[in-house]
Amino acid sequence: MKREGEVRISSGCAISGIFCRDGKRISGEAIRKSIAVMHNRSNGLGGGFAGYGIYPQYKDYYALHIFYDSQYAREETERFLDKRFDIINLSKIPTRQIPQISDVPLIWRYFVSPLPHLLQDSQLDEDEYTARTTIAISDTINGAYVVSCGKDMGVFKAVGYPEDVAKFYRLEEYEGYSWTAHGRYPTNTPGWWAGSHPFSLLDLSVVHNGEISSYDANRRSVEMYGYSCNLLTDTEVITYILDYLTRKQGLSMKESSEVIAAPFWTTIAIKSEKEHIRLSYLRKMFSSFLITGPFSILVGFKDGMMALNDRLKLRSLVAAEKGRTVYFASEEAAIRAIEENPERIWAPRGGEAVIVKLDGEKTNE
Amino acid sequence: MNRRYRIRKDDSCISCLRCARECSFGAIEINNGNTLSFKHDKCVDCQRCVSFCPTGAIYITEDENRFRTNSVFSDNDIKEILLQAETGGVLLSSMGAAGSNVPIYFDKLLLNASQVTNPSIDPLREPMETAVFLGQRPEGIERDKDGSLIDNLPPHLELKTPIMFSAMSYGAISLNVHKALAMAAETLGTYWNTGEGGLHGSLYPYKKNTIVQVASGRFGVHETYLNTASAIEIKIGQGAKPGIGGHLTGKKIIGDVSKTRMVPEGLDAISPAPHHDIYSIEDLAQLVMSIKEATDYKKPVIVKVAAVHNIAPIASGIARSGADIISIDGYRGGTGAAPKRIRDNVGIPIEFALAAVDQRLREERIRDRVSIIASGGIRNSADAIKAIAIGADAVSIGTAALCALGCHICASCHTGKCAWGLATQDPELTKRLDPEKGAEKLVNLVNAWTREMKEIMGGMGINSIEALRGNRSALRGVDLNVKELEILGIKYAGE
Repeated sequence: MKREGEVRISSGCAISGIFCRDGKRISGEAIRKSIAVMHNRSNGLGGGFAGYGIYPQYKDYYALHIFYDSQYAREETERFLDKRFDIINLSKIPTRQIPQISDVPLIWRYFVSPLPHLLQDSQLDEDEYTARTTIAISDTINGAYVVSCGKDMGVFKAVGYPEDVAKFYRLEEYEGYSWTAHGRYPTNTPGWWAGSHPFSLLDLSVVHNGEISSYDANRRSVEMYGYSCNLLTDTEVITYILDYLTRKQGLSMKESSEVIAAPFWTTIAIKSEKEHIRLSYLRKMFSSFLITGPFSILVGFKDGMMALNDRLKLRSLVAAEKGRTVYFASEEAAIRAIEENPERIWAPRGGEAVIVKLDGEKTNE
Repeated sequence: MNRRYRIRKDDSCISCLRCARECSFGAIEINNGNTLSFKHDKCVDCQRCVSFCPTGAIYITEDENRFRTNSVFSDNDIKEILLQAETGGVLLSSMGAAGSNVPIYFDKLLLNASQVTNPSIDPLREPMETAVFLGQRPEGIERDKDGSLIDNLPPHLELKTPIMFSAMSYGAISLNVHKALAMAAETLGTYWNTGEGGLHGSLYPYKKNTIVQVASGRFGVHETYLNTASAIEIKIGQGAKPGIGGHLTGKKIIGDVSKTRMVPEGLDAISPAPHHDIYSIEDLAQLVMSIKEATDYKKPVIVKVAAVHNIAPIASGIARSGADIISIDGYRGGTGAAPKRIRDNVGIPIEFALAAVDQRLREERIRDRVSIIASGGIRNSADAIKAIAIGADAVSIGTAALCALGCHICASCHTGKCAWGLATQDPELTKRLDPEKGAEKLVNLVNAWTREMKEIMGGMGINSIEALRGNRSALRGVDLNVKELEILGIKYAGE
């Protein structure tokens, strides 16, 4: 059977997210409880989490989470890293052996910072330097796969049910202000940990439920701008599109949402003249990045989170609020499991991004 | 004897003589005022008489007399040799290539549909978007000092449906056909294209839906012409006759055709094979910029080329020349007149040309900078959808549009005797087409195709045409070899 990346595997899913706008750091236990409620939406073939604010002591360094198939791949990767980064700290990521999670790769974590003279020679900014270098690891070193590479954040994923994945990674020992979770229901047996979600690049991470019908149009377009879609998953292409639109084009998260889940022309037609011009412009300028077909996504980024549905809302997505905490999930039950009495609970409309940020962060969104 | 068809009638003939009056090729004549005589050798099988016979009494069939079967020289080969031995001339033909050994690749491509893992979308219940924008895109966004986005898009074309009408010149076709195309384009929210024979003054009001062409003969090109359009197309070549020019016989250069083309009456209008100011790619860039200067940078410029072997680098050069849109016309593209050997043997199918160009422009990271129009043998909405999935922004149709107006593809346009009143300037024949009724048929055709495209898109779970552009996973191939799949960038059915 072909490995993920050699074949495109579609999947149904569950997603869940918690965001503390006051910056309160909560343990990974809550997100585990939430996603566990939606056990039936996964089939044990993939689960994962992204946490933000989890490495306060190393928050100025890029945290690399890497899977290795072999010690050889690890040694080769560490030699590669050593030539390009200052490695401040390295260790195995602590895990707990449980029968539900097997075929475990070597899982390592590095806190790094680009070597200043190489960074300067490259004429790139720190983010681009790190993005290119980590993508090169996954692309060129056989048996090495970079799971996440952002600052003060990390992705924890595996093949298994998400609640077991949380146990395996001892998620209750981490504290963060923002968490997303994913339970996967692929229609095929991928058996490769990298294929699980979240998918992440720098501080951007995406969990996604759906199957986008525009996939190949989006993939072939984003690959023009130097990305290579190796996993052939929707999540990967969505992450790259968002990275391109926000980091390279300079769009805001809200504007990016108006590109990927653009309002219908009939909706744009009834907007005020200024909005009409703005929304038409975004659609025409970035028409290759319109995403069609069902999706609900949670996008984690530095200091914020975005929840977004496809423009027809072909996948369920519920939002809720209690105090300064915001919850998102595929099903309301997954929110009630951790917050019985939210002050407000609602279903965001198709194509209508809900963007939350840490208090005090600019909300020009 | 160069007879291809045989005309017969049966007992139900009521001798109304309608067939003879309809026949413009002199194949059916009236004897003694009331009987018919058939000149089989003059028949081109245009089906005009058959369509108009009130009792269905008339039959046109392939002539059953055949030369002795030979596995190398076909009947046709021998007839052509005889004809050329007689006349010493170049064989002329019209419409698209007849090379039956070149597969129609569209027929070997199959479309996808949603099942279970994602839902199909019902176009009757949900919006299904077919609007397309053609033109350049800048490399990045710009903001004003308040941080608001500035609309920095250069001028572009807006189509309500990704189907346009191909260039066909006034002279090759009648003014009534131009009128029908212009009216239909206006109703449909798409574009028609003047071709290289200028724009008749009576059609100036259709400016918003008109694309004017600048070809190597520069017929009918003046400042007002350039500015009476939404876009200007520089025609380098056409699929039916890549590498050669055109020749409109002096017989057709009469009256308004002469005025519109700015060619003296009775003088042959000869379009040179190359533009004599374009001998290389840098010259093209100059012409593109000259036209932009003449139109105040308010109109997109299209460069139309025939699909030839080296089409990918050619398109890349055009994309970098300042052109906004590239129009690629494939091997099967039609024409009003072309040397038969050129039509049937030069160029490559649009499916391959399009796939190669789209892929190359992506590899060079400039695909988003230009738009691509594909043409040359688009027969129906499925062909259009497949062309878009391979990588076109829009398609344009010429032969299919003429069929909607009555053409039965007898491929005799070059004779100027078109019995359907389309490819002729004979006033007795051109009045056979009522432009308003013609426009209605064109509108019906394009609307029908658009409906079918929406149905197909909905089945795939795609509710906007831009999500289909270059979406090659929507296609699978059958009866194709590995190389063909590789060039088309698609997988085999079952993969």
